[in-house]
Amino acid sequence: MGALVKKEIHAAVMQQERGQYLTFLIGGEMFAISILGIKEIIEYGNLTTVPMMPDFIRGVINLRGAVVPVVDMSARFGRTASEVTRRSCIVIIEVEADDEKQDVGVVVDSVSEVLEISAAEIEPAPSFGARIRADFISGMGKVNGQFVIILNADRVLSVDEMARLSGAGVTEFVAAELA
Amino acid sequence: MSLDLDQALQTYIAEARELLQDMEDALLRLEADPNDADTIGAIFRAAHTIKGSAGLFGLDPIVSFTHIVEDVLDRVRDGDVVIEANLIAVLLESGDHMLHLVNVVAAQGGQLDAEAIARENGLRIRLQAYQASQDSSKVSHAVQVETETSFQSSGGGFVETDNWHISLRFGQNVMRDGMDPLSFIRYLSTLGEIVSITTMFDALPLADEMDAESCYLGFEIDFKSDADKATIAGVFEFAREGSLVHILPPHSKLTEYIELIRSLPESETRLGEILVATGALTQQELESGLSEQQTSARPDGSTTPLGEILVEQRSVEHEVVQAALDKQTQSKDSKNKESRYIRVQADKLDELINMVGELVIAGAGVSLLAQRVKDNPLQEAASVMSGLVEEIRDGALRLRMVPIGETFNRFQRVVRDVGRELGKDIELVITGADTELDKTVVEKIGDPLMHLVRNAMDHGIESASIRQEKGKPEKGTLRLNAFHDSGSIVIEIVDDGGGLNRDRILQKARDRGLIAPNVTPPDQEIYNMIFEAGFSTAEAITNLSGRGVGMDVVKRNIAALRGTVSLDSAVGQGTTVSIRLPLTLAIIDGFLVGVGKSSYIVPLDMVHECIELTENDRQATGERSYLNLRGEVLPFVMLREHFEIEGNGARRANVVVVSCAGQKAGLVVDELMGEFQTVIKPLGKIFSTLRGISGSTILGSGEVALILDVPSLVQQAVNRESQHVSTRQLTH
Repeated sequence: MGALVKKEIHAAVMQQERGQYLTFLIGGEMFAISILGIKEIIEYGNLTTVPMMPDFIRGVINLRGAVVPVVDMSARFGRTASEVTRRSCIVIIEVEADDEKQDVGVVVDSVSEVLEISAAEIEPAPSFGARIRADFISGMGKVNGQFVIILNADRVLSVDEMARLSGAGVTEFVAAELA
Repeated sequence: MSLDLDQALQTYIAEARELLQDMEDALLRLEADPNDADTIGAIFRAAHTIKGSAGLFGLDPIVSFTHIVEDVLDRVRDGDVVIEANLIAVLLESGDHMLHLVNVVAAQGGQLDAEAIARENGLRIRLQAYQASQDSSKVSHAVQVETETSFQSSGGGFVETDNWHISLRFGQNVMRDGMDPLSFIRYLSTLGEIVSITTMFDALPLADEMDAESCYLGFEIDFKSDADKATIAGVFEFAREGSLVHILPPHSKLTEYIELIRSLPESETRLGEILVATGALTQQELESGLSEQQTSARPDGSTTPLGEILVEQRSVEHEVVQAALDKQTQSKDSKNKESRYIRVQADKLDELINMVGELVIAGAGVSLLAQRVKDNPLQEAASVMSGLVEEIRDGALRLRMVPIGETFNRFQRVVRDVGRELGKDIELVITGADTELDKTVVEKIGDPLMHLVRNAMDHGIESASIRQEKGKPEKGTLRLNAFHDSGSIVIEIVDDGGGLNRDRILQKARDRGLIAPNVTPPDQEIYNMIFEAGFSTAEAITNLSGRGVGMDVVKRNIAALRGTVSLDSAVGQGTTVSIRLPLTLAIIDGFLVGVGKSSYIVPLDMVHECIELTENDRQATGERSYLNLRGEVLPFVMLREHFEIEGNGARRANVVVVSCAGQKAGLVVDELMGEFQTVIKPLGKIFSTLRGISGSTILGSGEVALILDVPSLVQQAVNRESQHVSTRQLTH
């Protein structure tokens, strides 16, 4: 309850101020995430694959002594996994799961810039048409007459859901093998 | 100051909890041997210390309740009350209530709720039964002493006072030790009336020499109370070290006052004046006493111990002196015990171990670089350093090792209570209590153990009548055992009950589709089916009712600690549950292997040997995956296939022979990279469903390597194959 109220207040504050968003490209499309949860952006590399995990979990990296999981955003949206290029980056985002903070890395094709988008410039998410699960989208920002999908990091990177999916993935995998 | 007190209060709470645990253990021992004076003494001391220190902190609810308990215990010690089952039950409940009081009043600073108050009142009434006749006897005792002393004291210098006289000179460190001198006096006033008090500040240095944290004060107190000397002395028990405390009973002889005056640091006249001023002595008495003492004092130059003098003069009862002496030795004992331990906050220790973990990783990085530059002196230095780091690692981990006995002992109470509840007479036998394991493991093993113990008592051990029929001793035995076995600790819960009903479990497993109808696995496997989810113990083992939580929860909890659990049973003879746990959760010795581009760690204590995979065996992997290991059949898992790693296998492959739970298996890898000190980093929640990998670590190169969970890997291979085979059977 308290968290809810806090979120609402937070939202109200956001409405007055101009929110800052990091924009990046995934599969040629532009997305944005509020910079509040972003801790750092690092070069893609030194990734250790974890076997028997679904496609959207790329693996783990060593972030100054901490082992951080890396998520492939494109695969998470149900598209093909991103291809690694020279411009690929890992964006480290802090998400909250069960009152615990966890860092998660996200693979993006390239990072563009930090933009200010005022609340008035943000439209609600369409119920369909974005080809991305509606609950992943927190809003559509208007930038230079174009729409940018603002992602809801806590939902896209929900640790609980990803853990559940990985579990299901394993059983599917066993089932597939059986068939 | 308030901060110090706060810290002291935390210490008190921790100590009180420990003491209550000791008290409970002792009470349970007493049940077996009701006349053990040492144990009775230990219980009394525990209650006494809790009361005494509660008084220091002004925790009145604890003082007032514990006082009654202490009273009863005192009578037990004196032999006025005989230990019997009911008394132990009341005392155990009182102990529980005291723990509640400590938790609520001391730890949270709260008030008791209505329920607790009702419980306390109930306990007070029950305790009174053991206390009832005591008051009158105490009074008569006191009267007797009084008449005696006044009669005797007429001989030398009559003193008018009928108050106690207490001289206090606190040590300079009293406040640094976290005690508030005032709280002693406050507590003293709960025992009687302070008639007069004079503050002695003669020791106070000049302002610029004064240390604000030191205590320079002393007190001269006249005190009216019916309490005995031991009780009053007990008030100052915690300040005794470094402080001067003199207690003169009422009607003391003049000579004793004189002794007192001489033994205190202040000048004789000054003290004398104060004693006169407070009414303890008259001016005349003082003067005559001082001069008399001087002339008659020790013609032979020898000194008589104060205690002896006191007894000789009959001003103090012999028992009082004895009690005081006892107490001195006791407090000395406990002091010895304390000095062997240092209390360290657990998170400080965790931090240290984390840092050591980082050190190990950094050390591995240095070694790697040294090897790469091929500089001999540098390599040598690096290897010396890694040796030291290894020792530091082991030392740091040992700091966190605790004997499991404490956890086991907690079950004495559980077994006793549950046994009563179930109407079964069950004895708990504990062996291997000294076996050490990591504190974090100890903390987490309590719940699964509790479940298994309750299960064994409820479902395992039969009721007395059935046991008699079967010709077993009426008293059931539950055994908790622990021992070390190749890098793990094994905890066994053994009961001598009826054993598991094999056919019933098999039936159930078939009903649930866990076992194919035409397959009959070995007994061991059948027994272990009860750890599967949805396998209600109630129907599976006996026809007694279950407790709601399944054994699968136990298994999951133990698996979360990287442990395994297995079960063996013999019909009519009992069941043994074995829990195998890693000694530590933080750092292990690992063996580094490479598959494709990735590196994996196999826990070194599971590695038996490494061999090369021969070309023949390799060719045959399509049809079979076992090889001939010196005449032994060794099944193996191709990690590359198992983990679906892309790319072709290396030209040469190696087999790491591992053994877990008495079973050998091979892991086929591309490359063997040698031993590696592995700091375990958990993989996070996202990977919680991942099987076959227990965690990760960071290599010297900064890369992340995954730690293989060998038992579950082997289990996976077994499951996969049996599924393969059964589907093939179905499709054919």
